[in-house]
Amino acid sequence: MQKYKNQRQYHRIIYKNQSLYYVYGLILPAGIAISGASILELQINLHSNCYLCFLFRRILNNFAALVISVFHVIMNGDQDPILKQVTQGEYKYGFVTDLDNDALPKGLNEDIVRRISAKKEEPEWLLEIRLKAYRYWLTMKKPEWAHLKIPPIDYQDIIYYSAPKSNKPAGSFEDVDPELLKTFDRLGIPLDEQKHLSGFAVDAVMDSISVKTTFKESLGELGIIFSSFSDAVREHPDLIKKYMGSVVPYRDNFYAALNSAVFSDGSFVYIPKGVRCPMELSTYFRINAANTGQFERTLIVAEEGAYVSYLEGCTAPMRDENQLHAAIVEIIAHTDAEVKYSTVQNWYPGDKNGKGGIYNFVTKRGICLGDRSKISWTQVETGSAVTWKYPSCILRGESSVGEFYSVAVTNNYQQADTGTKMIHIGKNTRSTIVSKGISAGKGQNSYRGLVRVTKNADNARNYSQCDSLLLGDQCGAHTFPYIEVDNESAVVEHEATTSKIGEDQIFYCNQRGIDTETAIGLIVNGYAREVLNKLPMEFAVEAQKLLQISLEGSVG
Amino acid sequence: MLSIRNLKATINGREILKGINLEVKAGEVHAIMGPNGSGKSTLASVLAGRDLFTVTGGEVLFEGSPLLGLSPEVRARAGIFLGFQYPVEIPGVSMTNFMRTAINEQRKYRGLPEMSATDFLKLMRDKKALMEIDSALASRSVNEGFSGGEKKKNEIFQMAMLEPKLAILDETDSGLDIDALKTVATGVNRLRRPDNAMIVITHYQRLLDYIVPDFVHVLSAGRIVKSGDKTLAYELEEKGYDWIKEENEI
Ligand SMILES: Nc1ncnc2c1ncn2[C@@H]1O[C@H](COP(=O)(O)OP(=O)(O)O)[C@@H](O)[C@H]1O
Ligand SMILES: [Mg+2]
Repeated sequence: MQKYKNQRQYHRIIYKNQSLYYVYGLILPAGIAISGASILELQINLHSNCYLCFLFRRILNNFAALVISVFHVIMNGDQDPILKQVTQGEYKYGFVTDLDNDALPKGLNEDIVRRISAKKEEPEWLLEIRLKAYRYWLTMKKPEWAHLKIPPIDYQDIIYYSAPKSNKPAGSFEDVDPELLKTFDRLGIPLDEQKHLSGFAVDAVMDSISVKTTFKESLGELGIIFSSFSDAVREHPDLIKKYMGSVVPYRDNFYAALNSAVFSDGSFVYIPKGVRCPMELSTYFRINAANTGQFERTLIVAEEGAYVSYLEGCTAPMRDENQLHAAIVEIIAHTDAEVKYSTVQNWYPGDKNGKGGIYNFVTKRGICLGDRSKISWTQVETGSAVTWKYPSCILRGESSVGEFYSVAVTNNYQQADTGTKMIHIGKNTRSTIVSKGISAGKGQNSYRGLVRVTKNADNARNYSQCDSLLLGDQCGAHTFPYIEVDNESAVVEHEATTSKIGEDQIFYCNQRGIDTETAIGLIVNGYAREVLNKLPMEFAVEAQKLLQISLEGSVG
Repeated sequence: MLSIRNLKATINGREILKGINLEVKAGEVHAIMGPNGSGKSTLASVLAGRDLFTVTGGEVLFEGSPLLGLSPEVRARAGIFLGFQYPVEIPGVSMTNFMRTAINEQRKYRGLPEMSATDFLKLMRDKKALMEIDSALASRSVNEGFSGGEKKKNEIFQMAMLEPKLAILDETDSGLDIDALKTVATGVNRLRRPDNAMIVITHYQRLLDYIVPDFVHVLSAGRIVKSGDKTLAYELEEKGYDWIKEENEI
C-alpha cells in the first residue's frame, strides 16, 4: 500500500511542569468519506495555558501535513478501474440448526428478567443485581457519540432467553444433543474431547446457554475453574459475587446495563495462584434461534502469578433481520498475573446490500489490580453489521502493562467503531495500542481510543499506532484518539497512517504471476501482520483466511 | 518467440506508440535505446499488460499465440517477465512470501505441484548467491526501504527465481554505480540461454559493454527508427540522439 508519509501523525506530549493540564486532542485524520471527498475536523480544547504554544504549534503542523496528505489521497484516487467491483465472499457459517427451543416470549420487562433468573435457578442476590440493572437501564439513553448509523432497535421485539431444549445443563459428552454436536462440528469446533485440537479446551455457547465445556475435569485437577457462567454461579457463588461487576458495573453504559439485566450465559475462568494454564481456553459463541439476542457474560480471574490465554470465537446464521448481541467481558489480573484475551469475531455481517447482520455492542474491560500484572487484548473483527467495542485496561498495579492489538475489517455496508481505553493509574505503567483498520466497499471503520494518565501515574508510557487501509473510494476510515494527561512525567505517543493499495502495487504482483485477489490477500495480511502474530498459532492461520474471505471480491 | 506488428498504443487519448515492429527469436538479446519520453517504458508496459495504456492497433504474438488479450498475470505465468524501471514497494509483504506466492502461482498454471518449503528456500539461497544479494533482503518487505541499487538487483533476483522465457529489463542500469552494474550484468549473462530471450531497455550504451546485444534498436517518438548490431550503440553514444532525429527528418 502507499503510505503517505506526511500523513503520519505524531504526538509526543511530555509534561515537564508541575501544574495540571488536561489536553483533549480530538483529531480525525484521513476522514475519507464517500467518493474520495474528505471530512477534516479538528477540535482542540486546551484547559490550560502553559505549553499551549508548544502544543498548538505541533497541532497546527500536523494539520498542515494533513491537508497536504488528504490532497495526495484525492490526487491519487485514480484507482477506480481495479477497485470498482464489489461483490461478497460467501459467509460459510450461515446455516441454521433445526432445534426445539425453550424460549421466553418476546419483550423486556421485570417479569422477563425474573423469569430468566428463575430459568437459571439463580440465587436471590443475582436476581437483585439483574433488577437493579434493569431499572437503571430504563433511565438510560443509548450512546450517540460513535461514528455509526444504526436504525432504532425495538427492545420489545427481541427474545431474551432461548435455549436448545434437549440440553441438560452441565452434562457429560453423552448427554449433549447430537444435533448440537453436529452444529459445532460443522463450525470446526469438535466437542468430543478425543477429537479435539490438542491444547485447547472449549466452552460452547448456543443462544442463551452453554451446551458443553470440555476438559473441565482435567483442568480442575490444577485448581483451574473453566465452566459456563451459570454453572459457576451455582458452584462458586463467592467468586462470582466478589468479582462480577467489579470491572464493568451495570451503571457503566447502556449496553452494559442491558446485559446485566438479561445476561444469559458465557464462561467463567479462574486460575489459582501460581498456576500457568496448560492449554488455551476458548469459548465459542453461536447464535442460532431467530429474533433472539445473545447477552453473554464472561469473567476471568487470574490470581497472583497465574497465566492464561483465552480465545473467543463467534458466528451466527444468515438472516435478513438484524440480531442483537450485547456482551460483557471482565478480566481481573492480580500481582504478576498475565491474561491474554484473543477474539476472532465473525458474526454474520449482513449481505452485500447491507441487509441483516449482527449488531455487536460489547463492553470488555480488564483491570491490572496487582503490580507487574499484564492484560493483552487481541481482536480480529471481520463480522457483524455494526461493531461497538472498546476492550480496555485499567492499569492500577505498579508497572502493570496493557496491550491492545486489533484488526477490524469493514466491507460492503459494515460499520465498526472500535478501539480501546488505557487508564494509567499506577506508577511505571505501560500500554501499547496497535490498531489496523481495513475498509472496503461502503464500509465505515473508526478507531476510537482513550489514553488517560492520572495524577499519580508517574512515568506512564503509551505508544499508539493506528493505521487505516482503504480499498476503494467509497469506504471511510476515521481515527479518534483522545489523550488526557494529568502527570508531568508521562510520555504518550500517537502515530497514524492512512494508506491505499495502489494500482501499481497490484500490477507489480500481477506481473509476477499473482492474480489480483491473491495480491490483495498478501498485502492485507502483510498489513495486519503485527496483530495476527499476537494470536495463538492455530488461530493466526484461521484469521488470515478469514481476512481473505471477508475481503473476497472487494477488488475487481 | 515474440513478434510485434505495427503496435499502437495511447494513454488518455494521446498516441505514444505509433506502429512498432519487432521480431525477437529464442536465444537473442535485443537492446532498445532512445531518448527520454520516446515510449520505451510504454512498450514494456503494454507487453506486460498494464491496462493504463490502450492498444489501438497492431498485434503481438508470443510463442505463436496472440498476447494482447491476456491478463498480466497470465502473461507472467506464460513466461514474460518485466524488470521495472521503478520497482514498487509493498510494505508488510516479505520478499520470501512474495516470491513463494509468485512461484507457486506460476507452477499451478503449468500444472506443477507447489514447491516444498525446503526446495524453495534452497532456490532462494542459490539465486541470492548468484545475484550477490544480502541474506537479510529476503526477510525484508518487498522493495521497502531498499536503495536504488538494491531495488534493481532485486528485480534481477526475481528474474533469476522465475526463469522467464522472455525478460524485458527496463533501464535496469540507471542509477547503478559501476560495481552494481557489473553484478547486475553478470547475473543477467548467467541467465542467457538458447531457449530464452531478452529485451534490454537502456538509455546509455554503458550497460551494453557488459550485456552484449545481438541487435540494437533506436526508439524515437513511438517508432523504431533505426536497427542494427551492437555497433549502432557506439555510434549513438558518439553522435547523441540528435543524430537519429536529424537523420529521420531528412
Ligand atoms: N502514466 C502516464 N500518464 C500519462 N502519460 C504517460 C504515462 N506514462 C507515460 N506517459 C507519457 O508517455 C510518453 C512515453 O513515456 P515512457 O514510455 O515512459 O518513455 P521512456 O521510457 O522512453 O522514457 C511520455 O510522453 C510520457 O509523458
Ligand atoms: Mg522509461
